[in-house]
Amino acid sequence: MNPEKVVFGFFIVLALTLNFGFFVGEIDNPEHHHAYELFAVVVVNLIATVLKFGDRSQMGAVLLATSLVAMLQLLAASLVWVYAVHISGQGLTPEITASIVSLSGGAMLANVVSVVLLVIETVMLRR
Amino acid sequence: MDNIVFLFLRRMRQPLLTLIGVYSIAVLGLTLIPGQDADGQTWYMSFFHAFYFVSFMSTTIGFGEIPYEFTDAQRLWVTVSLYASVVAWIYALGTILSLVQDKTFQRALAERRFARHILHMVEPFYLVCGYGETGQALVRALTDRGQHVVVIDKDERRTNLIQLQNLRDHVPALSADARKPLHLQEAGLPHRACAGLVAVTDDNETNLKVAITSKLLHPEIKVICRADSREVEANLASFGTDHIIDPFDTFSIHLATAFRRPCLYLLQRWLGGEEDSQLEDPVYPPQEGLWVVCGFGRFGKAMVARLASEGVEVVVIESKPEITGEPPRGWVQGRGTEAETLLEAGLERAVGIVAGTDDDTDNLSIVMTARDISPDIFVVLRQNQSENRAIVKAVQADMVMHPSAIIADRIRVLLGNPLLFRFVSLALQEEDAWACELVSRVTALVSQRVPDVQELVIDERHGSAVCDSDARGEKVSLAEVLRDPWHRDRQLPFIVLMMQRGDGYFLLPDEETLLQHGDRLLVCGAGGVFERLRWNLCHATALEYVRHGDTQAHGWLWRHLMRWRKRG
Repeated sequence: MNPEKVVFGFFIVLALTLNFGFFVGEIDNPEHHHAYELFAVVVVNLIATVLKFGDRSQMGAVLLATSLVAMLQLLAASLVWVYAVHISGQGLTPEITASIVSLSGGAMLANVVSVVLLVIETVMLRR
Repeated sequence: MDNIVFLFLRRMRQPLLTLIGVYSIAVLGLTLIPGQDADGQTWYMSFFHAFYFVSFMSTTIGFGEIPYEFTDAQRLWVTVSLYASVVAWIYALGTILSLVQDKTFQRALAERRFARHILHMVEPFYLVCGYGETGQALVRALTDRGQHVVVIDKDERRTNLIQLQNLRDHVPALSADARKPLHLQEAGLPHRACAGLVAVTDDNETNLKVAITSKLLHPEIKVICRADSREVEANLASFGTDHIIDPFDTFSIHLATAFRRPCLYLLQRWLGGEEDSQLEDPVYPPQEGLWVVCGFGRFGKAMVARLASEGVEVVVIESKPEITGEPPRGWVQGRGTEAETLLEAGLERAVGIVAGTDDDTDNLSIVMTARDISPDIFVVLRQNQSENRAIVKAVQADMVMHPSAIIADRIRVLLGNPLLFRFVSLALQEEDAWACELVSRVTALVSQRVPDVQELVIDERHGSAVCDSDARGEKVSLAEVLRDPWHRDRQLPFIVLMMQRGDGYFLLPDEETLLQHGDRLLVCGAGGVFERLRWNLCHATALEYVRHGDTQAHGWLWRHLMRWRKRG
């Protein structure tokens, strides 16, 4: 039982589940997607990315890459949200909501790849 | 590359996680706690504003409570998160700073930068291992001649010194242990442009290891090594080191030359001397009589052996025979710095004294005491540190033995002027009268300064006019080339010391010698006038002028015009 591995796995899976939670629902309905959940997704993905730092293996490099992709998409989604609500003042129209949710969908795919790689690594190292 | 980046990322994990945690909790709190807008309505902060506020709060900028004044609940939360977030930032910044200043990190960066710089070198360079006294003198001599050098030394202070010295060329330096082949590889040993390796550290084992590594990793290049003892010399020679220099042996050979052929010795010193230094006076060490040698270390032993082989009577003064070994019969215990010891050794009837201990102060004291007793005695002084140059010069010893300078000079000639080396070894076989005549010829050429000695090659690049003329069938003689291209009635002030043609070497070639493609000339003369000689060799018009006296037309148009004019 390696506590480091527990924490590592915990945050990667949590990132995926929260992301899925945010993504699910009608794509253009702002009622189905809440800011708090996006906030939670961003924070947990950040933590997961930082945890993947410093691993020199090939697996570690690809994991870090997927995390960085997810972060990119999520930051883009947050920026679009901020722009819609605060800067342009038009609020969360269905189009904007659709953009935000689709970007988070992209992040979710990256997180799926991350989890799959984690599972593969675990299976290969089964003891 | 990977090492550094991963080191950095790994160390930054903790601070980054702390920062993320504190930020997210602060932002979340601010969005949840109700605030009040200007009309007293409850109002909740958005994530965007909360993030904005926490950013400028934690970096201690503090613009103010935006967009409305905070309620007390909000203020309570802000107080708590303020302390937490500022500390988190300081922690993160502190970690970054300490990481960047970390010695290992910096050294890894420096090594990488160095290795990459070396990789891009195109021109030939020499790799010098060891930047002590010898290394410093050598690097200065080489860079003054425009040769590129790369330095590697274990001591960081020494490599840092390079930046302070005013060297003519940029010398990349690596502070690493040269015994590790990895460092030699980083320094460019296997590189195509590496033309030679010089091992002049102060440790025999290191020199040995470096020489072996060089012979294995890059067998074609020249390896020059410093050795301090016979065993090390034999060891180095066994695997084919190109040149091994033992300063004490070298000096004792110089002394022998000075005994038997003082003119040749003088010539050697003049031709091998540093540019722009004063011409030295001849020395005539006396062979008949008693010599006193102070100090029986490596130098002392070499001196005693040499003097004994010349048939000179020797008395040794040594203060620590248990370390150095017992000197030959009739030795005196003591340092030699006091008059009694010297008198006991027989200084009154001695004709020469060798101050050969490894302490400069002792040596100078010996010399001055000896001069007090016997003012005309011939003095050989050993100088250990180059910083004592001024006082050594002031004492005006007849011969000064400075190990680092001897090695550096010899290597400088070996690397910069290999023909000169060959000339000196060939000249050893001539009579002293021959050397004396050459000395007087050189004196006539240059007034007070050491003559400049350069190699000239007759090939396409440096002697194109001569080669072209040769190809046309008109051979050019030495005498023609030595005429002044400004006035062909005058001779340029040069002496051609030696000519190499293929495998043959000819000392002081005759003036009527015809030059061929591929010849190498060793020429000595006053420094400033070499350009004119080079001009003769490579510029067709100049060559024409010195040979025939008038210039013929070269261009196509002019030649046609001339022909037309002659006809008409």
